[in-house]
Amino acid sequence: MKKTFGKLIVFAACALVFVPGALQAQQSKPWEKIPIPKLHEFKPHQPQRIELKNGIVLFLQEDHELPFVSGSVTIPGGSRDEDPDKAGLVGLYGQAWRTSGTAKINGDALDDLLESKAAHIETGGDVDSTALSWDSLKGDSDQVLSLALDLLFHPNFSAEKLELARQEAATNIVRRNDDEGGIAGRESVKLVYGPNSPYTRQPEMATIGAVGLEDLKAWHERTIGGKLIVSVSGDFDPVVMEARLRAAFAGLPRVKVAPARHDDFAGPKPGVYFIDKEDVNQSNVEIVGLGTDRRNPDVPALAVMNEILGGSFASRMFQKIRTEQGLAYAVGGSYGYGWDHPGEFHAMVLTQSATTVDATKLALAEIDGLTTRPFTEEELARAKDNILNSFLFRYDTREKVLAMRVRLEFYGYPSDYLENYRAALEKVTIADLDRVAKKYIHPGKLAILVVGNGPEIKPGLEELKLGPVLPIDITIPMPKQPEVEKKQ
Amino acid sequence: MQSRSFPWLWKGVWALALAALVLAGAHAQDLKSFEQKITTKVLPNGLTLIICERPDAPVFSYSTFIDAGDVNDPSGQSGLAHMFEHLAFKGTSQIGTTDYAAEKIALEKVEAANDAYEAEYLKAVGRDEKKLAELKKAFVEAQTKAHKFVIPNQFTDVAERNGAEGLNAETALDNTVFFWSMPENRLELWAWLESSRLADVVPREFYKERDVVNEERRMRTDSNPIGRLVEQLLATAYVAHNYGRSGVGWPSEVSQINATEAMEFHKKYYVGANIVIAVVGDVKAAEALPVLEKYFSRIPAGPKPEEMTTVEPKQFAEKTVAIREQTQPFYVEGYHRPDYRNPDDAVYDAISDILSNGRVSRLYRSLVRDEQIAAEAAGFSPFPGEKYPSLFAFFAVPLPGHTPAQMRDAIHKEIDKLKSADVTDEELAMFKTRTRADLLRGLANNQGLANSLAEYQTRYGDWRELFLQLDKVDKVSKADIRRVANQVFVPGNRTEAWIETESNGKAAAAQQDGGAQ
Repeated sequence: MKKTFGKLIVFAACALVFVPGALQAQQSKPWEKIPIPKLHEFKPHQPQRIELKNGIVLFLQEDHELPFVSGSVTIPGGSRDEDPDKAGLVGLYGQAWRTSGTAKINGDALDDLLESKAAHIETGGDVDSTALSWDSLKGDSDQVLSLALDLLFHPNFSAEKLELARQEAATNIVRRNDDEGGIAGRESVKLVYGPNSPYTRQPEMATIGAVGLEDLKAWHERTIGGKLIVSVSGDFDPVVMEARLRAAFAGLPRVKVAPARHDDFAGPKPGVYFIDKEDVNQSNVEIVGLGTDRRNPDVPALAVMNEILGGSFASRMFQKIRTEQGLAYAVGGSYGYGWDHPGEFHAMVLTQSATTVDATKLALAEIDGLTTRPFTEEELARAKDNILNSFLFRYDTREKVLAMRVRLEFYGYPSDYLENYRAALEKVTIADLDRVAKKYIHPGKLAILVVGNGPEIKPGLEELKLGPVLPIDITIPMPKQPEVEKKQ
Repeated sequence: MQSRSFPWLWKGVWALALAALVLAGAHAQDLKSFEQKITTKVLPNGLTLIICERPDAPVFSYSTFIDAGDVNDPSGQSGLAHMFEHLAFKGTSQIGTTDYAAEKIALEKVEAANDAYEAEYLKAVGRDEKKLAELKKAFVEAQTKAHKFVIPNQFTDVAERNGAEGLNAETALDNTVFFWSMPENRLELWAWLESSRLADVVPREFYKERDVVNEERRMRTDSNPIGRLVEQLLATAYVAHNYGRSGVGWPSEVSQINATEAMEFHKKYYVGANIVIAVVGDVKAAEALPVLEKYFSRIPAGPKPEEMTTVEPKQFAEKTVAIREQTQPFYVEGYHRPDYRNPDDAVYDAISDILSNGRVSRLYRSLVRDEQIAAEAAGFSPFPGEKYPSLFAFFAVPLPGHTPAQMRDAIHKEIDKLKSADVTDEELAMFKTRTRADLLRGLANNQGLANSLAEYQTRYGDWRELFLQLDKVDKVSKADIRRVANQVFVPGNRTEAWIETESNGKAAAAQQDGGAQ
């Protein structure tokens, strides 16, 4: 499950809102004379939803265009639920589950069998869930479904495959400071949620080293009894498929619903933070704060505000920083909303070292401008057009419709959420924008993180005049004994 | 305007390698069903239109495929095709301006001011710094004056307000592609927008956009260890052909490209015969064709630009590149291979598939699973382009404590196996099955299909080759694989490049056993 929906749009854009009047000298607008006929009738094809007596939910989405069948089982519980001393467990589990295979067929043999049919079964872990998914040509779909169910119910975690997963995780840990964008993304989220938050704590050599085979088995036992969501799409007979899935899932015990989480979301400690990286000539500037969640009725207005701030080529940030000043290629920003926990406010600019302070000031000015520079009718109309006229791309394939239904089911939203959301977007007014900007945009509560080449950043970050520049240490803690012995 | 997909920033490599496979092969039956859905028309100006009817939802996607990319940048102007691609988002004489007649004069003054500044700046002897500063000021002032007529981002604004989704473009070495998706009732509006920017582009805000492109270079290449490594690998592997030249542009060149050069590039390469446009979605060919024909006939006819004469000479010296820096180790190597028209093209696809595709692949099983020295390893081709002789490249990401030299040796061991023994029947069959399945899977996506149709029409003169390639895939034999491996994977045809970790400015030589020869 994706954590946020309205996350930052990196290559997004923005328009400085030239006050209408000054610019309306433009001659004819030939594109406005082009007729726009009525859109063809379209009703998104909804999947069939079946709730079993034990609480497990099945979704069947027929799609006979191509001879494939795919499916997934979504299982509640993810990395935010793991033991902090074993951070990385869910990642290791997600990999070793599949590569280990089952008692009947080990992972390597499963690879051989599936690949010879151009089929796949994969497992993986995310922040709030894990999942098993499969896909194959129609002719192989019975067999592949059987294999997938075998893996779901009878995994056979192997020490060897856990070790393999651990080595790859170790590689990711030692490499995590090589990529400037990776550092900026990771550390800025830590500023928002706190370094030890369930949403940001990162695997370390010590924590992945602490994960044993028993932990993987225990995790599986603990989560498999949760409210599973099973979804299948493609070229299948729904009657046969329903019977098949009922036979596999209806006999399971009543699902256990995990208690709601009660996490603290304090938001960042305001200030200017800096991470020095000597091998770059561009700064990653991240301006971050706490966001909200999708149940908040202000989300539609916030979505429109985001579009105006940094969601399109005509958005304020894009227009000012990229188009007008040429200071960045990647620029954007939005007030984020998670499905079941607060997202983050996140604005970013990537600019050459020498213009770091200028670009940061401009970005801050645009954020500040949300509360000081009145929204115009033109901005509102543009933002709504942008969002509403492309809205159908959220459900223009049966696969997307199905994925959305699974997501809504997982987070407990009504199945007509999208329709209601769209209707609410249509109703957003300037007054709503003013209200949510004042309510949610507090420049004084934001943290600014710069990752860049210290000696090249002139003028320096102290020129922002936002207090002392606080260095962040990103040294990777390494155990005394190297994880992997040198072989050469 | 993302451009430069250097395929290979990490996982990116998989997408690329698989994309190459997706484009290979298919099946008489699939072809027949597509022939009924697809209409092709060549307009009098030489431009080819392809319409594929896929009316599942009231949307369409398009792909405008220009048979020119950064490989066509004139000497001293690397990055020009990409720079032009950015310009194509800036509007036309009708959109993005309050008064084009006046703006045109102002833009001419900008160009003259830039010429004057550049002439002084480039003086080898006797540059007058005071004069240079004045010229710079004049240049900036001229831009400010021209800017007064600009309605910023109006072209993209009209597209986005009308529901454009995934609006972007990509400049590769071989080609430039513009694309987005839209609700089907905006087809005519799209045709107006797209034909306008292809036929009537204006060098608006060129010099600000050049700054933006320089930031793009900093992001993708300068500040990215793999970006830097790949640029050096290619610059070393090629001595004559433009595949060896930085696609995003060498900093000194891309920062001095001017608008006149960009417009000349446009005049030469953006002609009908050099453009294929594919539209896929809820579109009826009979109704849409006359509309599209009306708009896209505006594009100038012009001759198909001449092909480049430079052919990369045969490599005879083994080459290496070693980068020592504070970055974790990485290994990559490349061997020259022929272009995509070579009869062995599908054999190269077979080799990539068998070596690299998934957990059954040879490189995964040897380097990752069994030897446990790498987190990831793969071989793929063609790189960095396909139109001209390119490279078959291998890379491996060492596990902590392992070295690039170990990656090299382990990759060479797998290559030797390919040369000395046949692949198995199962491996060959798997390649063929997966290729067909991947092709079919790709048909479910409007945008992906539009891109493929336009690309195959350009590269083979017939989109059907997207399906017919499966015949070539089916003909690949074990002997072909062994023959090609022996031909291509030889030391004299190889360039090796790696990063070894240096800490705090001191070479961590102890960690490496060299690799340098």
